[in-house]
Amino acid sequence: MILFAFLAQTLRIAIPYLFAASGGVISERAGLIGLGLEGYMLSGAFCGAVASYYSGSAWIGLLGAMAGGVAMALLYAVTAIRFRGDQVVVGIAINLLVIGLTRFFLRLAFHSSSNSPRVPGFGAENSGTGFVALASNPLIWLGIITVAVMGWLLYRTPFGLRVRATGEHPAAAISVGIRVDRIRYLAAALSGMLASLGGAYLAFDQHQFSAEMTAGRGFIALAATIFGRWDPLRAALACLLFAAADTLQIQLQGTQLIPSQFVEMIPYALTIIALAGVVGRAVPPAALGKVAE
Amino acid sequence: MADSGSQSPAIRLTDIVKSFGPVLANRGASLEVARGEIHALVGENGAGKSTLMRVLSGMYVAESGRMEVNARDVTGWSTADAIDAGVGMVHQHFMLVPTLTVAENVMLGRELTKGGQLDRARAEREVAELSRTTGLAVRPERKVADLSVGEAQRVEILKTLYRGAKILILDEPTAVLSPPEIEELWQVLGQMRDRGETIVLITHKLDEVMAISDTITVMRHGRTVGRLRTSDTTPSEIAKAMVGRDVQLAMNYVSEETSSGPSVSAHSSAVESLLAVRDLVVTNVRRLTAVDHVTFAIAAGEILGIAGVEGNGQTELLEALAGLRPIRNGSIHISRRDVTNLSVKERGDAGLSHIPEDRHARGLILEYSVAENLILGQQHRFTRGIQLDRDRVLDNARKQIDAFDVRPADPQLPARALSGGNQQKIVIAREMGREFQVLLAAQPTRGVDVGAIEFIHAQLRAARSAGKAILLVSADLAEILALSDRIAVMYGGKLVATVPRVDASAEVLGPYMTGAATGHAA
Repeated sequence: MILFAFLAQTLRIAIPYLFAASGGVISERAGLIGLGLEGYMLSGAFCGAVASYYSGSAWIGLLGAMAGGVAMALLYAVTAIRFRGDQVVVGIAINLLVIGLTRFFLRLAFHSSSNSPRVPGFGAENSGTGFVALASNPLIWLGIITVAVMGWLLYRTPFGLRVRATGEHPAAAISVGIRVDRIRYLAAALSGMLASLGGAYLAFDQHQFSAEMTAGRGFIALAATIFGRWDPLRAALACLLFAAADTLQIQLQGTQLIPSQFVEMIPYALTIIALAGVVGRAVPPAALGKVAE
Repeated sequence: MADSGSQSPAIRLTDIVKSFGPVLANRGASLEVARGEIHALVGENGAGKSTLMRVLSGMYVAESGRMEVNARDVTGWSTADAIDAGVGMVHQHFMLVPTLTVAENVMLGRELTKGGQLDRARAEREVAELSRTTGLAVRPERKVADLSVGEAQRVEILKTLYRGAKILILDEPTAVLSPPEIEELWQVLGQMRDRGETIVLITHKLDEVMAISDTITVMRHGRTVGRLRTSDTTPSEIAKAMVGRDVQLAMNYVSEETSSGPSVSAHSSAVESLLAVRDLVVTNVRRLTAVDHVTFAIAAGEILGIAGVEGNGQTELLEALAGLRPIRNGSIHISRRDVTNLSVKERGDAGLSHIPEDRHARGLILEYSVAENLILGQQHRFTRGIQLDRDRVLDNARKQIDAFDVRPADPQLPARALSGGNQQKIVIAREMGREFQVLLAAQPTRGVDVGAIEFIHAQLRAARSAGKAILLVSADLAEILALSDRIAVMYGGKLVATVPRVDASAEVLGPYMTGAATGHAA
C-alpha cells in the first residue's frame, strides 16, 4: 500500500513535467531551445485560472491556458526567428517577462499579490492522493496520451520528419522546399500549448493560481528533455524518474535519514551526469539554437 | 545536341545580378544550356558559379536579370517551384540530414503517406527501384551518417531524380570522390544525358571539363566571359579565359619536374631527416586500428606524397602527427627531436606546420575575421602585455592577404564571407607564412580553383627548395604526381608501396590504391 501511494504520488507530480517535457522535445527537435518552458507553464497556469474563474468551467479554463502558453511561445519564436534574437537570451527574458506579467494581472484582476481566489478545477479540492482522485482528473489521462501522440507525431508523420530535418540540417530542409520558419513556428506553438497544460494542471489541482507557482518545473522538464535525449518516450521516463525523486524527498522530509536537500538535487545531478556522457552520449539536434538560412 | 538551335534551350539566364551586402557575386551573368547536353560551368573561386546556380535552383532571388527554363519565364521562383519544374541541384556541401535514413532523406518534402502516416516501406521500395534503374547503388534503410562521401553523393543525385529532375545541377561533385567513384559518376551522368536529361556541372578541374562536357561557359568576377564548345577548345584556352591570363597547368609541371626534380631526392638518404616516424599505430574514433605500424622519414627539401583512396588511415595519420589524436605505439621525431608526447602548440614551436584536410572543421573559425584566423595557434606571438596587439594582428593580416592574394582583401571580414578557395588561402598563409621545418599538407587544393592551385603548388615547391620537409596527402593523384619526390600508397592503414617519382604513374600506383597489389616496391 505504501508502494501504491508512492507510485500515485509520483504520477501526480510527473504530469506537469510530462506536458512540459513533450513541449520541450518538439521545440528542441525543430531547433528552438526550450528555455521558455517555465514561462509558458506559468502563463498557462495564470490564463487557465482566469478563464476558469470567469467562465466557471475548467474546460474553458484549459482553452484559456493554451492561449496563454501559445502566445508566449509565439512571442519567443518571432523574436528568435523573425528578429534573430539569441535563443538563450530570449528564452530567459520570456520567463522573467511572464513572472512580471502574471503578478501585474493578478493584482489587476484579483487585487492580490500572492494568489487568485478559488477557481473551478478538476477533482475535489484536497481530495488526497488516492487512485480515484487521480483517475478522475482528465489531465492525468491527457498527459499520458500526449506522450504517445508526440512519439507518433515525431516519428510517423510527415510533419515529424520535417521537424527533425529542420532541427538537424535546416539548409537541407530549405533546399527541398520545406518552409523551415513555418515548421519552427508550429513547433513553438505546440510546445507552448503542451507546457501550458502542465501549468493549468498545477492551477486546477490547487483550484487557484498563486504567484510563481511553477517554481522551476519548466527547467526540470527541460532537464528531462535533455536527459531523455530528445525522444518523447525517454523524456517521459526521465519525468517519472525526477517525479519519483521529488516524492522520495517529500517522504523523507519527516525522517532525518538523509538531508532532503540531497534528494532534491537528484534531477539536476542526473542531468549533469547525462550531459557528461555517462549514460550514452547526449547529442542535441545539430541546428539547436541556430538561425536557419 | 548539335542542332539544338532549332529548339528552345533548357536553361537561359540573362544578365543575372545578385549581391550579398556589399559583395556583388553576379554582376550580369548569363548562361544558355541546350537540352540533353552536359554543360560545364567553370571559373575561379568567387567567380559566382555557385551563386548563379543557386539563383537558378530558387535558393536565392536575383536582384535583376531574366530566367527561362524550357522557354518559360521563371524569374524569381522558389525552391519548390524549381523542384516542380524538374530542376534539381546537388550542392557541394551535401544537403542531407545525417540522422535520417537514405529513404527518409529522399522523400523529405515529398513524403509518401498512408493514412496520414509516413509510408517508409514504400519509400524504401521506390528508392531501391530508382537505385537499380540508375545504377546509383545505395541501401535505402541505412542512416546517412554511416555513409561514405561517395554514397552520400549518390543519395543526393537520387534525391533530385526522385523529384523528377530533368535538369540536374552538380556543384563540384568530384571534390570528395576517389578516382573509381569519379569514373562511376561520369557513367551515370553519361546515361542521363543519353536519356535526354540536361546536366550543368560546376567545376574548375579542366580534365573533367574535357572528359565529360559538351559545352562550356566560363565565368570571371561574376560575369560570363566565354562560351566554348569542348571539342573545339583546349585546357589552356579555358584556363586563360578563367583567370584572364596564361597559367601553367599541373600537367605541364610533371615533365618539368622529372627533368629537374630528382636531383634533390637522389641525395635524400644522405640528407638529414626532418620528419621521422617509426612504427606508428593509431586508432580511429571506433577504436579500430587506422594506422598500422607505419614507418617513414622525410628529408630536408623533399616532398613525400601519400596516395590512396580516402578512408585508408590518412586522416588518422595526419591527426596523430599534428598532435590531435593520441597514438598507441611508435615515435615521431621532428629535426631529431622526439615530439611523440608533445602538445600541438609544442609541436608548432618545434617547427611543425599543418594544413588540415577539412578547413571548416579544423582550419578556420568561420565566425572569426580573416585577420584573427591568420593568427590562430600563434596568438601568443601577437600580444602586448596580456592583450592582443590589434595593430600587429591587422598588419600581419594585410601582409599575408597581399602575399597570398586573398580576396576580397579585407582583414575584418568574417572568414565565412569568403569563397572556399580564399578560405583555403587563409589557412595556407597562416601555416606557410611563418617559420617551420616540417609541413603536413592535407588536401591542400581541395575545392580550390586553377589559379589558386597554381599558386599553392608554387608555394609548396618554394618551401621544398628552401629545405623544408613536406608530407603531402591528397585524394587527387595528379597532384601527388605533380609535386612529390617520393610517393607512398596507403591502403588499409599500411604504407603498401613507396616508389620514387620517376618510377611512379597512375598505372603503377593504381593496383596498390585499390588493394589489388600489396608489398613494398622499390
